[in-house]
Amino acid sequence: MAFQPSKQTYSGQIREVTLGVGEKAVTVGGKAAYPFHGFEGAMGHPPRIAMEIWDKDPGDEWSAMAKEPFKDVLGDPAAWARKCVSEYGAEIIVVQTKSADPNADNKPAAEVAAVVKTVVDAVDVPVVVWGVANHEKDVEVMRLLTESCAGKRLAISPVEEGDYKQIGAACLGYKHLVVASSPIDVNLAKQLNILLGNLGVSNSDIIIDPTTGGLGYGLEYTYSVMERIMQAALTQEDEKLQQPMICNVGNEVWKCKEANLSAEEAPELGDPVKRGVLMEAITAVDLLLAGADIVIMRHPDAVKLVKGFIQKMM
Amino acid sequence: MGLTGIQIFKLLPKTNCGECGVPTCLAFAMNLASGKAELDKCPYVSEEAKEKLAAESAPPIRPVTIGTGDYSVKVGGETVMFRHEKTFVSAPGLAALVTTDEDEASVDGKMERFKACQYDRVGLKLRAEMFAVKDTSGDPAKFAALAKKVSDGTGAALILISDNGDVLKAATQVVADKKPLLCSATAGNVDAMGELAKEVACPLVVRGDGTLDSVIALTEKLTAMGWKDLVIDTGTREMKKAFEEQILIRRAALKDRFRPLGFPTLIMANEMAGDPMEESLVAATFVAKYGALIVLSDFQPHSLFPLFLERLNIYTDPQRPMTAEQGIYPINNPDENSPVLVTCNFSLTYFIVSGEIESSRVPSWLCVQDTEGLSVMTAWAAGKFSGETVGTFLNKCGIKDKVKHKTVIIPGYAAGISGELEEELPGWTVTVGPREASQIPRFLKAMKS
Repeated sequence: MAFQPSKQTYSGQIREVTLGVGEKAVTVGGKAAYPFHGFEGAMGHPPRIAMEIWDKDPGDEWSAMAKEPFKDVLGDPAAWARKCVSEYGAEIIVVQTKSADPNADNKPAAEVAAVVKTVVDAVDVPVVVWGVANHEKDVEVMRLLTESCAGKRLAISPVEEGDYKQIGAACLGYKHLVVASSPIDVNLAKQLNILLGNLGVSNSDIIIDPTTGGLGYGLEYTYSVMERIMQAALTQEDEKLQQPMICNVGNEVWKCKEANLSAEEAPELGDPVKRGVLMEAITAVDLLLAGADIVIMRHPDAVKLVKGFIQKMM
Repeated sequence: MGLTGIQIFKLLPKTNCGECGVPTCLAFAMNLASGKAELDKCPYVSEEAKEKLAAESAPPIRPVTIGTGDYSVKVGGETVMFRHEKTFVSAPGLAALVTTDEDEASVDGKMERFKACQYDRVGLKLRAEMFAVKDTSGDPAKFAALAKKVSDGTGAALILISDNGDVLKAATQVVADKKPLLCSATAGNVDAMGELAKEVACPLVVRGDGTLDSVIALTEKLTAMGWKDLVIDTGTREMKKAFEEQILIRRAALKDRFRPLGFPTLIMANEMAGDPMEESLVAATFVAKYGALIVLSDFQPHSLFPLFLERLNIYTDPQRPMTAEQGIYPINNPDENSPVLVTCNFSLTYFIVSGEIESSRVPSWLCVQDTEGLSVMTAWAAGKFSGETVGTFLNKCGIKDKVKHKTVIIPGYAAGISGELEEELPGWTVTVGPREASQIPRFLKAMKS
């Protein structure tokens, strides 16, 4: 008699969330089975890769390896975003508003918001705006931005317990999405979604950011929290966790020392570009296996590899 | 899972002799069921009951050891589907392929890189453990010579690959005492391969035709022949299907206690990708999802290092945080005037803090205090990062002999301990540093100027 594999039964489904507007709008979510478990349930929309750009020239903060593909556009966020879309096929653009950081450049909010607006206007794909996780400053920037880009269905991140009322209300008012960010904890993720619900934010406008740890730097914490969120959402009918998830991968991975060491600094670690690219791609693959719907990436080679992975697995 | 106390009780002598240490056979059975007692404690249990209990209590995925000595690899023995439920116990062995028609320089290069690609991280050694030696010429002497060369030259655990029994036997005779994994038994050669594995007492791979039914037929046959040290290669080389199989195999073994699939699995990543970068992602996928042995086409540090980190992360005990060793860490070649910083020994904190200090390029001393792996805030709340503990540590660790100044920088989240710490370190100034590690470079640079 042929072997009958035992199937996991699922009682829940991840909600669909649409980013952006128009022809290039992207819908994620819809999973009714564990990630890539198409043999026993609906896989929903394929996971997407978003490419990150900074709102300023990253200067020393990026290694030469990471800057190389973008060296002609680093000082021009709009051109940078266009390059990601036209050359590397980015389906979503993420603008990291690094220039707003009160501990660094501390650019005035109006200036930051104006630069982000040029990016939003320059591309037709959805845009995620990723702040600096400083509540006062993010609120200031996002308030201006949500208004100036009203109706574009931007995704605004990170929205945390400390600023969800202000940013959540702005998103609600101008029809944008909320990226609900909590520090690697299932219960806190759930709680923030409940708070956003109480504020009036619809389930179709919430994406979870579980907080990303890079390879070798806490990846396992993010990985397991995401698997627990998937279990709760799909098999325990925890409907407050049935939201798609986004992971800020590139920004975390390329921060770590080993992704940036040159061949002279670390000959024992081999080709520095391939090493960095694989550190980023492997982090992304692990988080996709754990349930990510959107991974935010930096290096075009890593983007290409992970795209290939998703194609093979869907 | 396993037998209940009542089911076990029925197999016991029911004499209530008490020699096992508990007064009744029922109590003993309950202890057995919950894993609190060993069956050996009962002097009167029948052979039949022993066998039955041993079979029932055997791990759902059979533990198999490949190789001997330093590089031996223990696989199997897993008990959960998700790592947050309980630790994944047997990190997958990583192997590179060498073949009999490969030129010598290429083989030598792989052997050299096997030895060179070894890295220390928080007291652990990150390295590959295995070579897969493949017969591509059908020449027994050549195959045996290559196996011996790789084994002698590296000490690595071996996977010997040939579908030709005579060829495999020749190599086995040369390295049999090294307990290589024989690869592989198929529907066509299972009898001969089974006999060979038994004869030399080496673990054996079964290779299916891309279906789980074919795998089951092979494992059942070999088990009946009396050989159970098996590893499963389903024969599938396509990612999506291989992923599905890995899930189904582990689920069948754990949830259904289905013995014919209760064995560790082999992934031939080298046969599943178009180029080495893609191959690394195939390997990464199966490090996370249930591969027990993974064969790569080569060892390259830029690809091994990320895979080692991934393997370390996935196989870390989720209940016990990784820790850095307590002590003084010099960063950027500090001298007697360099600043002294203190933090906890949660490995992530250590990595991030030391990384930020390093990127600041300011020569510094980082003193890492043992907080049992707790982060600064948690350790502070638990009284394990207090003025007293930090003071005692700084007094004893020897930092006072390394610097001329008397200033220590504490984490911003532990600002509350500064008064108490100043009492513990008479004459010292306690400076409160930033709360987040990312602000350390700016803080150090500001201090310097």
